[in-house]
Amino acid sequence: MNPPVVSAPLLSVQGLTVHFPTGGGRHAPVVRAVEDVSFEVPRRGIVGLVGESGSGKTTTGRALLRLFAPTAGRIVFDGTDITYLDARAMLPWRRRMQIVFQDPYASLNPRMTVAEILGEALDTHGLARGRREARIVELLERVGLNAEQRRRYPHEFSGGQRQRIGIARALAVEPDFIVADEPVSALDVSVQAQVLNLLQDLQRDLGLSMLFVAHDLAVVDYLCDEVVVMYLGRVMERGPTRQVYAAPRHPYTQALLSAAPVPDPRAPRTRILLRGEIPSPMDPPSGCVFRTRCPHATEACAAATPAAREVEPGHHVACVRLGEIGT
Amino acid sequence: MSASSRDIVLSVRDLKTWFHSRDGVAKSVDGVTFDLARGETLAIVGESGSGKSVTSLSIMGLLPKPAGRIEAGSIVLRDRNGAEHDLTRASAATLRRIRGAEIAMIFQEPMTSLNPLYTVGDQIAEAVLQHEGGTRAAALRRAQDMLDRVEIPAAARRIHEYPHQMSGGMRQRVMIALALACNPSVLIADEPTTALDVTVQAQILDLLRRLQAESGMSILFVTHNLGVVAEIAHRVAVMYAGRVVEDAHVHDLFDRPSHPYTRGLLSCVPTASLLAARQRLQPIPGNVPSVMALPPGCTFAPRCPLAAADCRDAVPELVAVRPSHRARCIKVTPQ
Amino acid sequence: MAIPIPASAGAERWQVVRLLAARKTVLASLFVLAVLVGAAALAPWLSPYDPFKLSIMNRLQAPGAAHWFGTDDFGRDVFSRVLYGGRLSLTVGFLVVLLSSVLGIALGLVAGFFRGADKVVSRIIDAMMAFPDILLAISLVAALGPSLLNVVTALGIVYTPRLARIVRASTLVIRELPFVEAARALGVPTRRIVTVHVLRNLVSPILVQGTFIFAYAMLAEAGLSFLGVGVSPDVPTWGTMINAGQQYMGSADWIMVFPGVAIVLAVLSLQLVGDGLRDVLDPRLRKEL
Repeated sequence: MNPPVVSAPLLSVQGLTVHFPTGGGRHAPVVRAVEDVSFEVPRRGIVGLVGESGSGKTTTGRALLRLFAPTAGRIVFDGTDITYLDARAMLPWRRRMQIVFQDPYASLNPRMTVAEILGEALDTHGLARGRREARIVELLERVGLNAEQRRRYPHEFSGGQRQRIGIARALAVEPDFIVADEPVSALDVSVQAQVLNLLQDLQRDLGLSMLFVAHDLAVVDYLCDEVVVMYLGRVMERGPTRQVYAAPRHPYTQALLSAAPVPDPRAPRTRILLRGEIPSPMDPPSGCVFRTRCPHATEACAAATPAAREVEPGHHVACVRLGEIGT
Repeated sequence: MSASSRDIVLSVRDLKTWFHSRDGVAKSVDGVTFDLARGETLAIVGESGSGKSVTSLSIMGLLPKPAGRIEAGSIVLRDRNGAEHDLTRASAATLRRIRGAEIAMIFQEPMTSLNPLYTVGDQIAEAVLQHEGGTRAAALRRAQDMLDRVEIPAAARRIHEYPHQMSGGMRQRVMIALALACNPSVLIADEPTTALDVTVQAQILDLLRRLQAESGMSILFVTHNLGVVAEIAHRVAVMYAGRVVEDAHVHDLFDRPSHPYTRGLLSCVPTASLLAARQRLQPIPGNVPSVMALPPGCTFAPRCPLAAADCRDAVPELVAVRPSHRARCIKVTPQ
Repeated sequence: MAIPIPASAGAERWQVVRLLAARKTVLASLFVLAVLVGAAALAPWLSPYDPFKLSIMNRLQAPGAAHWFGTDDFGRDVFSRVLYGGRLSLTVGFLVVLLSSVLGIALGLVAGFFRGADKVVSRIIDAMMAFPDILLAISLVAALGPSLLNVVTALGIVYTPRLARIVRASTLVIRELPFVEAARALGVPTRRIVTVHVLRNLVSPILVQGTFIFAYAMLAEAGLSFLGVGVSPDVPTWGTMINAGQQYMGSADWIMVFPGVAIVLAVLSLQLVGDGLRDVLDPRLRKEL
């Protein structure tokens, strides 16, 4: 398996599978959102989870937080298998893992003041008893907001500020791990940079582990130590960000990286254009799910789902034609 | 600006579009000037509140009435016969004739821009019939040709499909086909790839470049993504709080950005050089001002590292920094 | 495209009132309602005569200086009866809104949260709404017996499905929103998610629907009483007064007309206020959510 690491990972995802029934009885089609996904999040590490629509990255993030029970697989958090714990057993674990959402407008209850939103987080876990107000002020200042505004309602803040409030809420319970689900996608470029810097600082200062779900490859390159590339519910490639970006081994990663627009008009553009459309997650192709659009697909690709192979320490690729394709 | 050496197809001068509401006047566009040459792609870059979308809607005459109104300025279009029309003063009939035939527009959300109740073929055919007349059969044939041109496979079958039967990328191609059905000389693309996946975006940008090479049409590409700008634009106009603050050839803009806002934007995005140098992103402090309460003088001054007292005295003019490169900043332009 | 939204202004609640007051029709309606409610509340002090006092000598007197609205067939002062009738009619409206809200919210929340229950509850709602309101009300009152309390109960049941449907629809939307997910990720107990996160965001649609139900309930009570299947005829509500005045239509119109006008004023004002509330609250809701 993996070579021994310095310390055990904080989060270990093993064979995670999430299927959503579409109603209509036993034989109704099932949405295979996430299929056999495995990766790790090291302590104090930031892992990027990238993919396009239908990749299953958002569902994976939510599954890790046990917002629902997965169909199969294991989620091991700090040595404990939390995959099928019930609501009461999950409560202490919920303190240790939190989430920041993409939509700054819908992620805060419009009928609660900022103080109430943060207060609820504290009260749910009985934190900061006797010094609630002080703690709320502390949290707001930590994320760069003016604590005097804590009695205001979310609609009185800008998008970037609301995102900061969401981050403050996540930090209120002092978690070890945060899932950031596209936290800057809905923000303006100049505000994105502010929030990204904030996340980076918090991660460093508080020693957090983070799973950064995103579709912007450049941001992932900037922020994340490791990257996991998903397509149609499965992991295509994962490894240290620098390595994967410099020499991607999976055809999908290669296409994805070549497609990303680079803010430099003189940059060479070797475009790998994929054929066709992404298949439906209700009816994924047999064998390698990417084979219908892969420029290197052969018959062998339809036979069996490729297992992940380690090409360099920590760098895993799921492709049967590994040795035959250049970078 | 050697305008004479460029064949200008669309010329916007000091455009002002304001929105009147019970709470005040929002000056969404407050002095926009640029030229679009034949066969060229001009990218209009800005964040939210910059007025870039309102600019494109003003050109097309699609402002929501009665709230939005063009207060001042001119939008001069040279049509295929060489005649010039000022779109701010044109009659409704002229505008209807020009829209679709001379200028066309594609939008960000193809699902809401295509009518869900009509087949794709019918919608394209309607545009053809509207501007060129002829028979329905001929129009449908043109629709099929257009679908082929935008690289939709099995076009003969697809003209009978409805928008909801297609993926996002395909619907965007249909919208492009619809826009180009009558061979306009100008295509306004308002964030056409923002809602698409990266790989699909690459396909669409590639398609637009190819179509431009084939037909010589000009493209006004509105976006907030600097990467896309670098991919597709020949020239760039950067907008902030309703005005063009920098206007340059794309290489000049990225190599030697002049206006502090442009420089700020470029330092905000993770680029290869930033990563190589292990530098941190440099966000622009503060927030975009509300269009209802713009600061006096230079609207960027409150957030600008170069700002001084005299910046608030008057709105700076758009002045040449070097040939074909203008900036609206008294600190960087020769006075 | 972003149409510029004005920067935040003031505390939320006052903004709603300010927006409401800006509409003249709403302002006028609120004034009328205030007058009606005030008059009804102060009936014991405002009415010049005892509404129950019979005075056969003075029966069927036309409106004049002594009796502003005239007298009815028993010589009772119509003006005083309209005031007292208002108390009952308005109270009926209010109680019906209260009852249907309690039942409607409970049903709507259950249906919105529990898929299994939803199947059953939705069918019940559909079945109830398939009946015309008045017929359903009549059958319920017939089953329960004619009294003011039973009329309130019956109408409360009749209007419950309307509210339940709205609450259910909003609940289905709200529970999928990120802020509810965030609460679940925090470990907030379901009980609190329902009260704080869902219910607080239902206030607007419930308020709007409530004003409409108030109006319908008053009309329905009047209708039931007019048909003789509502409250007992000696109890003065606007409806029973119209019923009693039927036989004198053409000869002593005032017995019917004045309570009728009162109902029209009340219902119209409620509708206009409800419309205004909906216009003011809906776009704000969309903007905030």
